[in-house]
Amino acid sequence: MQEKVLMKGNEAIAEAAILAGCRHYFGYPITPQTEVAAYMAKKMPKIGGTFLQAESEIAAINMVYGVASTGKLSMTSSSSPGISLKCEGISYLAGADLPALIVNVQRGGPGLGGIQPSQSDYFLATRGPGHGDFHVLVLAPASVQEMADLTGLAFKLARKYRMPAMLLADGTMGQMMEPVCLPDPAEAEEKAPDWAAVGTGCARVHNIINSLELSPAVLEQKNIERYERYAIAEKEEPRWEEFMMEDAEICVVSYGITARVSRNAIVEARKKGIKVGMIRPITLWPFPKAPLLKAADQVKSFLCVELNMGQMTEDVELAIRCKKPVGLCSRVGGMIPTPAEVLAKIEKANEEGG
Amino acid sequence: MTTVFDKPKSLTDAVFHYCPGCTHGIVHRLVAETIDELGIEGKTIGIAPVGCSVLAYNYFACDMIEASHGRAPAVATGVKRAMPDNIVFTYQGDGDLASIGLCETVSTAARGENVTVIFINNAIYGMTGGQMAPTSLLGQVTQTSPYGRDPKTQGYPIKICELLATLDAPAYLARVTVNNVKNVRNAKKAIKKAFQNQIEGKGFSLVEVVSSCPTNWGMTPQKALEWIDEKMLPQYPLGVYRDKGEE
Amino acid sequence: MAKLTFKEELCKGCGLCVNACPKGILALSKTKLNQKGHSPVELTQPEECIGCASCAIMCPDCVIKVER
Repeated sequence: MQEKVLMKGNEAIAEAAILAGCRHYFGYPITPQTEVAAYMAKKMPKIGGTFLQAESEIAAINMVYGVASTGKLSMTSSSSPGISLKCEGISYLAGADLPALIVNVQRGGPGLGGIQPSQSDYFLATRGPGHGDFHVLVLAPASVQEMADLTGLAFKLARKYRMPAMLLADGTMGQMMEPVCLPDPAEAEEKAPDWAAVGTGCARVHNIINSLELSPAVLEQKNIERYERYAIAEKEEPRWEEFMMEDAEICVVSYGITARVSRNAIVEARKKGIKVGMIRPITLWPFPKAPLLKAADQVKSFLCVELNMGQMTEDVELAIRCKKPVGLCSRVGGMIPTPAEVLAKIEKANEEGG
Repeated sequence: MTTVFDKPKSLTDAVFHYCPGCTHGIVHRLVAETIDELGIEGKTIGIAPVGCSVLAYNYFACDMIEASHGRAPAVATGVKRAMPDNIVFTYQGDGDLASIGLCETVSTAARGENVTVIFINNAIYGMTGGQMAPTSLLGQVTQTSPYGRDPKTQGYPIKICELLATLDAPAYLARVTVNNVKNVRNAKKAIKKAFQNQIEGKGFSLVEVVSSCPTNWGMTPQKALEWIDEKMLPQYPLGVYRDKGEE
Repeated sequence: MAKLTFKEELCKGCGLCVNACPKGILALSKTKLNQKGHSPVELTQPEECIGCASCAIMCPDCVIKVER
């Protein structure tokens, strides 16, 4: 660990990516994540890396696909409307089993929406952003420290499972300044993986990076194999944080910026004698189903706090197999609930019981 | 006896899926001959498009990447930036390069990205069964221009070499065809130059190959080659539209 | 003296080589079909071949090997 520095969330992502060994960044300007690109534009030329402002989000993700095809780490960053454009490329990355990082600093939608914070791309991210059967790893930071830590983890897991990873942040997290301990630089890149397109060197049969398979039987098998890999990730990679859950009767479920708001509300509720705690998913895919299911036998109800119309409530209901009621506290369109609003919902849940 | 002509080593043994008389096969061979002659097979990375030549990745013996529709130049950009010492080429048809991927084509050319683009212009979407392409000729009957391409509603053909020649960056832009022995030889020279330029770090090189599609044009293979002379070349004149080496 | 070798099974019978031959000594077989159902090209007068490779240059399927 390096010494503590004060950084903006978006800049922490950029620096952490460089420290993780990423030397190729492709992006297109969009609020509220432009600091990632600006940071890369300054830094990459000085360390022999690539910063390229692409002609579009579509081009940027396909440049990422090109670098990923050579086995090297690459990334792009954008915000919700730009992520929609990247979905085609993300599907191709998934179909060709390529690791890469896509940062989504979410803003309100749909359409052009607004430029204020949102979590309304939860479904887009967790259901596989693009056509076809696939998933991407989805990590949801709730501090600038996690912006840095999860960027590194995203690259590591993307490589491990040969799948794209999405860092799902929001405008608040991106703009927020906090002290952060950056990780030490990763070891220099080892030699190219054996599947990479780096030239045959006239020493082997050609590698083909590809998502096309015209034989239905073979394509089916490829999908099944991919899902076997996903099953391992679902077993081994869910990450979450529990807060005051030991004796909780109400379980708040929240990620990212709303988890921070919820934490304050929970502290206030505890002062009023309400037994409430929180499970904060750090990975949204794979979703931390096990701790939620376990909590379902302990608590009377769940309360999802998020910046969308309740997208995560579906995953919570599935995780707890609808054993307990799942409420929702949400603001959308760029609005963020205050701790008082969350507290009011906790109090209401407490009155209603199970 | 010595062999004066045989299949180049940079083609695999896979059998081309192309229709009888389709000139994709000729252009594939010219690219492979070029790779052989320049001795770059081991460090070449090709990008295949979506369209009739989608399976090009099976035919070239070098490492290959299959891109999404139209995005091959963006993929090539990523590969070249990551592997600047490798030789990177895209092989794209007219729907891929001049329609859905036009933005990537123009932007990659405008950046002067040091890659080689082989562009097959046969004025039609072949793989999907013969729809109107951005390069279809005025009056040309296709599945989606059944009464002939009408400029009032369907616009005019896009001339890629002329379009890209308005940009400062490209190093080499040439239009060739492969409809007879002499023209195939000229096409080979242009393709070789486009690869040589990349080796020398000269920047973006594109060779537009005016090609035939006998199946979807509804002609015999030989008639289709004659149609190139009669109809295609007046719209798409052969020539070198940019050559920074010569300027 | 020139020698042409045909990879008959690759031939799609498109006839581009037939038209390209300056000596007019190539023809699609009238008696044979290959496994794909095409009439493959044949050399009708081998002794007339000058080994110019025009046929091979126009062949889209790398069917023809030319030796001289």
